[in-house]
Amino acid sequence: MAPITEKHTAAPRKRRSRQSLAPWLFLAPGFAMFLVYVIVPVFQSMWVSFFEWDGLSPKIWIGLGNYIELFDDEAFYTSLKNNVIWLALYMLAVPAGLMIALFLNQTVRGIRIYKSLFFFPFVISQVVVGLIFSWFYAPDFGLFYKLIEWVTGSQVAILADEHLVTYGIIVAGLWPQIAYCMILYLTGLNAVAPDQIEAARLDGAKGMKMLWYVVLPQLRPATFIALVVTVIGALRSFDLVSIMTSGGPYGSSRVLSYYMYEQALSEYGYRMGYGAAIAVVLFAIMMIFISGFIWKMWRDEQGAR
Amino acid sequence: MTITKSALLGLLMLGTALPAAAQQRTLTINSDASDPAPKAAIEELIADFEAANPDVNVVLNLFDHEGYKTAIRNFLTADSPDIANWYAGNRMAPFVKSNQFMDVSDVWAENGLNESLGSAASSMTIDGKQWGVPYTYYQWGIYYNKDVYKAAGVEVPKTWDEFVANCQTFQAAGIDCLTTGSKALWPVAGIFDYLDLRTNGYEFHQQLTSGEIPWTDDRVKAVFAEWAKVLPYTTSNHAALDWQDAATLLVQGKAANYVIGNFAVATFKDGGMTDDTLGFMPFPEITPGLPRAEEAPTDTMHIPAGAKNVADAKAFLAFIASADEQTKMNETLGQLPINKDSTVGDDPFLQAGFELLSTADGGIAQFFDRDASPEMAKVGMEGFQEFMVKPDRIDAILERLEKTRARAAR
Repeated sequence: MAPITEKHTAAPRKRRSRQSLAPWLFLAPGFAMFLVYVIVPVFQSMWVSFFEWDGLSPKIWIGLGNYIELFDDEAFYTSLKNNVIWLALYMLAVPAGLMIALFLNQTVRGIRIYKSLFFFPFVISQVVVGLIFSWFYAPDFGLFYKLIEWVTGSQVAILADEHLVTYGIIVAGLWPQIAYCMILYLTGLNAVAPDQIEAARLDGAKGMKMLWYVVLPQLRPATFIALVVTVIGALRSFDLVSIMTSGGPYGSSRVLSYYMYEQALSEYGYRMGYGAAIAVVLFAIMMIFISGFIWKMWRDEQGAR
Repeated sequence: MTITKSALLGLLMLGTALPAAAQQRTLTINSDASDPAPKAAIEELIADFEAANPDVNVVLNLFDHEGYKTAIRNFLTADSPDIANWYAGNRMAPFVKSNQFMDVSDVWAENGLNESLGSAASSMTIDGKQWGVPYTYYQWGIYYNKDVYKAAGVEVPKTWDEFVANCQTFQAAGIDCLTTGSKALWPVAGIFDYLDLRTNGYEFHQQLTSGEIPWTDDRVKAVFAEWAKVLPYTTSNHAALDWQDAATLLVQGKAANYVIGNFAVATFKDGGMTDDTLGFMPFPEITPGLPRAEEAPTDTMHIPAGAKNVADAKAFLAFIASADEQTKMNETLGQLPINKDSTVGDDPFLQAGFELLSTADGGIAQFFDRDASPEMAKVGMEGFQEFMVKPDRIDAILERLEKTRARAAR
């Protein structure tokens, strides 16, 4: 008798402690990596941003010197402005992805082929996307260049024009980003409850009304993820700028992440402290968005409970 | 026959290598010579060095050309090789000032390099000491399409005024007088360097690039005034073109002149030009009577401060400085040796370059991005490119360059 009751009382406690420990054990390696390679470097960068340092010689403490210089740096404002343009225009990927997803969410013969074709740009590397679009825009032989020349009679070298270059690069970036949003929405559309659609249809909802009041609310998780991914994608845009223009012509297509790389790491970049200061500013901007999203997520979860 | 010969040779080598293995020393070299010609040249050099020093085993680490520029900072501070290649002029200043390169003045003194490498001595000297050994350079100048000149009926100009006058003729024929591809920025720096060297001379140019003269100086403005004269005749989309794209324009006869380095000859010839259609001329005279200075970027070898095998590294530097090795290496590279006792390959453009550089009584500039500090280089070249697109912004551009100079010189 006695051993049995003992077993009964001991086992759940043991299991409970094991249950609470197991997730942490599984998390531990990832958490350690995250700590060493993400959290610690974030604070190291902040620390470095208070120094004048070429990466080779001893560091010189200059306090807020780098930040004061940033306020008086045209190139920094150009980068900041371009980041804002990126952020605003990149958002187009979300509705565009939704449209394509709605369009592709049909049961037609061979629809999977179309879906995979639309998804294709997300599969290829950003470097390749950048090269393809550079050729597309290239003077003398680019398809787009020829087309514009044929239609308007005038020549436009997009990547050489300070007013157009950022837009040209964003278009290249939108191509894979739309594909990404599309796939998020396609997955979301699979989860839309058919009975609700049916009920709405019986109530006479059609077209835009159906989309707005019935489908979109159910797609909220997908929209949320698409927004987060797109905001972060816009702010960390680097590879396309680097591949297509290297920030040129004369720095007019720079974004913050590229400017940071230029100052701290590139061929002529020996200013680790200044680069770190730019990184801190970019980090602060990202934090505003990310904490906003996290706050919203937390609030939604509270509401759901 | 050949099989037995090589087998014999192998046995012989084995015989000589075995006893030496007991005291075999290693010399590690990091290099960005990953393109075919430079790679062949450095491998040849290493084979020669190993033959001359059987007790040294050379280990060569090849890096991709662009990646090397960032990699060098890591390996200098973390895991130094015994030899690393780099560039002359101010480009080596960050490494010299942060004590990453070793002072090799003794190698220069012991081997009489001040004499034999005299033309590059000043660009290797910082604070009165030498910090590496140069082994190759090449001239810059104007490469032009002879057929286009013939078709337009103009003569090869001697002075800048004649050059500008020719431009009008070329424009009437629908040809870009001057072409360049400034997507990577550096090609425009060559144009600026020559305009400044011809307008103000070598001394001024060196003072300007080393940050001693403000960019708002009137003499600097004069350079841009000369430049403005040819801007209407310059390829308009240069900011979207790589330098090779501009070379294509010259090959196709859509452009007449191209300010570029001798390395472009291979590209021109790949495009179908021959010694009969491709011409080379020195940059024309602007201010009469100025001693002629030329532009010839120099590639160099250095001993990092953390080198483990310093004795053999110094022997290697002395080896690479010798007339014979420089002759042999540059034959493969298709460039010019620096040792004055070396001989030059019989390529007409190399011969012209050798003639040009050995008679440059004004001095030899490195290149804007090697003479100027790294910080200034980037901002400066961006300013040149902006000026070429928006010449009316010159005052704002010079203000910006001056701001960077003032801070960098601090």
